[in-house]
Amino acid sequence: MYKQMSSKTGVLSRFVLRQDRFRIPIWLLSLSGITLLTAQAFTGLYATEENRQTIAQTMVNPAMTAMVGKGYGLDDYTFGAMLAHQMLLFTAVTVAIMSILLVARHTRAEEEDGRLELIRSLPAGRLASLNATLIVLIGVNILLAVLTAAGLYALNIESIDLEGSLLYGAALGASGIIFAAITAFFSQLSESSRGTIGFSFAALGAAYLIRAIGDVSNETLSWFSPLGWVTGTEVYVNDYWWPILLTLGVSLILILTSLYINSIRDLDAGFLPSRPGKTRASAALASPIGLAFRMQRTGIIAWAVGVLLIGASYGSIFGDLDTFFEDMEIMKDLLSGLEGGSLTEQFIAKLMSIIAMICTIPALMAVFKLKGEEKKGRTEHLLARAVSRNRLLGSYMLISLVVGFVMLSLAALGLGAAAEAVLEDGPSLAAIYGAAMVYLPALAIFIGLAVLLTGLLPKLTGITWLYLGYSFFVVYLGGVFQFDEWVGNLTPFGHVPEVPIEDVNSVVLILLTIIAAVLTTGGFIGYRNRDIQG
Amino acid sequence: MSVLRTKQLTKKFGDFKALDGVNIEVNKGEVYGFIGPNGAGKSTTIRVLLGMLKATEGKAEIFGMDAWKDAVEIHKRLAYVPGDVNLWPNLTGGEVIDLFVKLRGGNPSTRRDQLIEKFDLDPSKKCGTYSKGNRQKVALIAALASEADLYILDEPTSGLDPLMERVFQESVAELKKEGKSILLSSHILSEVEKLCDRIGIIRQGQMIETGSLSELRHLTRTHLLIETKQPIPSLEDFPGVHDVKEKERALSFQVDTEQLDQVIKHISSYEVVKLESAPPTLEDLFMRHYESGGAEDGGEA
Repeated sequence: MYKQMSSKTGVLSRFVLRQDRFRIPIWLLSLSGITLLTAQAFTGLYATEENRQTIAQTMVNPAMTAMVGKGYGLDDYTFGAMLAHQMLLFTAVTVAIMSILLVARHTRAEEEDGRLELIRSLPAGRLASLNATLIVLIGVNILLAVLTAAGLYALNIESIDLEGSLLYGAALGASGIIFAAITAFFSQLSESSRGTIGFSFAALGAAYLIRAIGDVSNETLSWFSPLGWVTGTEVYVNDYWWPILLTLGVSLILILTSLYINSIRDLDAGFLPSRPGKTRASAALASPIGLAFRMQRTGIIAWAVGVLLIGASYGSIFGDLDTFFEDMEIMKDLLSGLEGGSLTEQFIAKLMSIIAMICTIPALMAVFKLKGEEKKGRTEHLLARAVSRNRLLGSYMLISLVVGFVMLSLAALGLGAAAEAVLEDGPSLAAIYGAAMVYLPALAIFIGLAVLLTGLLPKLTGITWLYLGYSFFVVYLGGVFQFDEWVGNLTPFGHVPEVPIEDVNSVVLILLTIIAAVLTTGGFIGYRNRDIQG
Repeated sequence: MSVLRTKQLTKKFGDFKALDGVNIEVNKGEVYGFIGPNGAGKSTTIRVLLGMLKATEGKAEIFGMDAWKDAVEIHKRLAYVPGDVNLWPNLTGGEVIDLFVKLRGGNPSTRRDQLIEKFDLDPSKKCGTYSKGNRQKVALIAALASEADLYILDEPTSGLDPLMERVFQESVAELKKEGKSILLSSHILSEVEKLCDRIGIIRQGQMIETGSLSELRHLTRTHLLIETKQPIPSLEDFPGVHDVKEKERALSFQVDTEQLDQVIKHISSYEVVKLESAPPTLEDLFMRHYESGGAEDGGEA
């Protein structure tokens, strides 16, 4: 019976590999690559034991524990302990994301789009598709474990030994496998691929949160989270293998359950009741701006949480900043060119330019959403009704401006609040908030550029991302590479006064705002006069 | 009084001439059938009329206003159903209908609920789960629930089943009774034939024929099926007779409408025992245009 239901699993496995022949290698290379690069970088950044002990001290605070997990071996902070502490959890989360996306793509998404029906009409078994997906995913995660372990051991770094490296790889692979199993489970329960991905990410988020709360307050709680099991291996310090077995055991139960559900359910059916949606539109939805916001709501909320966390994580390391930087040549280079103020203030100024550029990303995405809608032929629905092009483009631009402002505010507040908690006599929250807000005009220029390209040359909107990348490069690494001044002046972020070490220069800010307004106006004129695609 | 009018409408995409001097006129209370094969320029014409595309040359006017400049004013009195309906997967059908009606400046009327029932749509489902036909229903209901003076329908029934097609046809007939004007693009010929007062045929960006169905009949042939006591010798040589086929004892053939009288006189001398005639269909008219057009352009099409 099982044999018949699994017929053609092999062919389908190869088919899955064929479909993802680029996607899978890219995931594998970037995931193992980032681990190896970080390990290598640690040897350069923290050459002496003293360095490492200093950084170990900055790690002992609730904010860091919540973010990266409990540190093990903090009193003897070897490279191995440092890597496992700072990188393992984040990498495991990324591996989990890979598994979720790949599994959802080959299970419920295939089914929803009707492709599975075609396959099922052939002499392929009912379980073949799910089997094939899981086989490929388990293979991918084992390969990742082997690549990472071999690579780490090959780096030949003191304290990164063979057993620890194998365990490090196994921890990553096991977390990939369990989230593949979780996604396979939800792909059987939910009726849509959106639902599958949504539930799986919710599970990942819950696992992270439970572990964070557990690590800070009650260790037992952390053992209820698969991510708690990952850090529970205490790689390179105590090398516990049993959490890996636990993870794999739970994965097996989930996989068997999924296969069972798959074998008894109808095609296209789910087990979670899809609750009926609203039959009426709320007043908030029924306008171009309401619709535009509704379509981006989830993304905006995710970004908001993200930038708040970024701000808070930077803020939490302020406490030991001065000792932290003392011996680090690279940080001195990064901060060079900034005159005056304490090291903390210089760091804030530098950090704000980076944070402002990160906050530009969701703002730009909000503008470009309009282009995506146009390509999918959905702006037509609005423009064919009593909605002018100005109103349509204006709605997206307004959302973008608000998003930029909110993101910048949240990042600054997160940073300020965390800094206040760890610093006794640091800059005030208001000062930090002000240092963020001076970047609004530069952010507006980027939004203006996005509007201009959307209006005039919609095919070339990618230029905006290149330009942001350039800005990031010259502002972030300008000090290290000692560029000429004009290189930095080509980006609006290079012109923003570096508060709090510089004074607010309102002339510059007003000029930047005027440029933003000119770009925006050009975009509106262009959008009014071009053809709508779709 | 004309509600919609294009004059020498031309649209180029780069060097490609998608529309080449298109003239259309739709009068008040009229259902105008706009037919042509895929890629002939139907949707391009409609998108120019909606102000999505800017005409390269020529005029496009609706309600006497310019389709490009006064788009918003025009759209307050216009309802549109696109041929390929793409909706937001995470909104429900009901939400989208309300959104569309409100964006036109109207209020969801009681008509909305009647239409939902008539078209048998579940408005509580997300658009992502709808089939093509159901997405089309959403667009149709939103358009029909609106109080508009002009309805532009671009192949509105391409995803509907025959039952829903009939519901659609009834709805159009109702609109017509209320004196609304309709531009209906289609390649379902029976539908156009059933609903339309006048017809325009577009091919490769040019209008090749316009007129009422009876005006276009001169281009068509009547199908005849006859059985005679005496065999008719060499009927295929008779002027105006085409496609002669023997069916058991009967003959089936087509006659040019202008030659019908001559042909009937000719065959009656062979003692007719059975005669069936089928009216010319739009299909024939359509096919004949393709045939003649195909012959002119050689193998281009």
